[in-house]
Amino acid sequence: MNIIERFEKVDRRIIFLLVLLAVIIPLLFPIGFEIKASEPVQKFYDAIEALIPGSMVLVSCEYDPSTMPEVYPMNQSLARHCFAKDLKIIGMGLWPQGIPLNQASMEQAAEEYQKEYGVDYVNLGYKAGGIVVISSAAENIPNTFPLDYAGRPIEEFEIMDGVRNFDNIDLIISLSAGDPGVREWIMIAQGRYGKKVAGGVTAVSAPAFYPYLHSGQLQGLIGGMKGAAEYETILQTSGTASRGMDAQSIAHGLIIFFILFANFFYLIGKRRKK
Amino acid sequence: MKKQIPLIITFIAGMVMVLQFFIPHRPFSDLQQLFNSWFLIITVFAMILGLGNLLKVHTKRLQRKPKGWWYSIVLLAGFTVMFIAGMVWGIERGTFFDFLFWNVHLPMSSMMFALLAFFVASASYRAFRARTPEATLLLISAILVMIGRVPLGNYIWDKLPLVSDWIMGYPNMAGQRAIMIGIALGIVSTSLRIILGIERTYLSGK
Repeated sequence: MNIIERFEKVDRRIIFLLVLLAVIIPLLFPIGFEIKASEPVQKFYDAIEALIPGSMVLVSCEYDPSTMPEVYPMNQSLARHCFAKDLKIIGMGLWPQGIPLNQASMEQAAEEYQKEYGVDYVNLGYKAGGIVVISSAAENIPNTFPLDYAGRPIEEFEIMDGVRNFDNIDLIISLSAGDPGVREWIMIAQGRYGKKVAGGVTAVSAPAFYPYLHSGQLQGLIGGMKGAAEYETILQTSGTASRGMDAQSIAHGLIIFFILFANFFYLIGKRRKK
Repeated sequence: MKKQIPLIITFIAGMVMVLQFFIPHRPFSDLQQLFNSWFLIITVFAMILGLGNLLKVHTKRLQRKPKGWWYSIVLLAGFTVMFIAGMVWGIERGTFFDFLFWNVHLPMSSMMFALLAFFVASASYRAFRARTPEATLLLISAILVMIGRVPLGNYIWDKLPLVSDWIMGYPNMAGQRAIMIGIALGIVSTSLRIILGIERTYLSGK
């Protein structure tokens, strides 16, 4: 085996070790790369800023712990942003595991901004049925969600006074890691009921939402940990996304190096064979 | 009758859902609400059915003891503990269920996804080759987007994020739109075939 073949067939454990180091070292010793907000994230921020105090924001969580590093920081920043602007949050989810994550985000922000459950925010919980849940809630929220996530009747909560359907919601935000998620909210809430919809998605699914963003069907878009870090930057807070960007930058750089390095030896090997 | 009744039900349900979209007034709007409620109820029962099936499959695995049968014990134990915790003490913050979610399920689930980083890196080294002009184009785009989407790209060249945004906003969007239009047309034609009874494979699998 010559040197080119050796480089082409590097032991995968060496690659794993390099990735581990590329992630761990920047987390232990932060570099502090400057983060600049992109247009989709700025639009997301502007959509919330455009709301007047007391407006109703529906936050639907369609993600789970596996995508938490990307989406949870958005959830936390969003709750802080809403409470800082005195907006009211109605939480719900089309994925069962998104409910406790949304609840934790809202509770954390509520503590910081002295907001009260049932008055300033509520969590309606999970309902199975995907797109039909959106369609049903659009017509009648209390019928679709008669109880909150812990099984308490929603009429007990002050925040739900006068909330009948999507006419009483000013902005819908879906934080999603797949289907059902942002796409379904656009299809029903925006397409059919004309509601303003914004989204936060994983980096891998973000490219699929650019058509909706450019057509104006999506008010704003946060894509992946980078988007979450940009949102934190606009809000002038430092969360887990901003802290994770150094590690992600180095890991991306390493993967690009792998691709270039492997292709360099591949092309040399190909030329030699000819 | 065995086939005709399901076909009639499908036709009526399908037509009502189509009509209520274009005529959002009574009686179609009421029918939509009714159908939505039925769907939500049926979905819950489907979940119960799925859970029942899951338990049945893994209980049988324990009886037959094929290779890796002990994983079924983990599944059944996990299911039982979470189910009892949720049913007895509720799912609110601070309950035993919540404790298990945050301290057992969450780290395990995150860990499984985190492993992807290692496999992606390994795959990028082994499989991502400029074998054809198309593959080379894909490779260059991927590199530009990857590096342009992280702050490091800005340090290498301050125009890299703009290049990445352009790729995402134009070539990517054009491709995505084409895919979406294709999927939408496919869904419309398949739905029509099902509603009109031309497509009947869902009835018997033939």
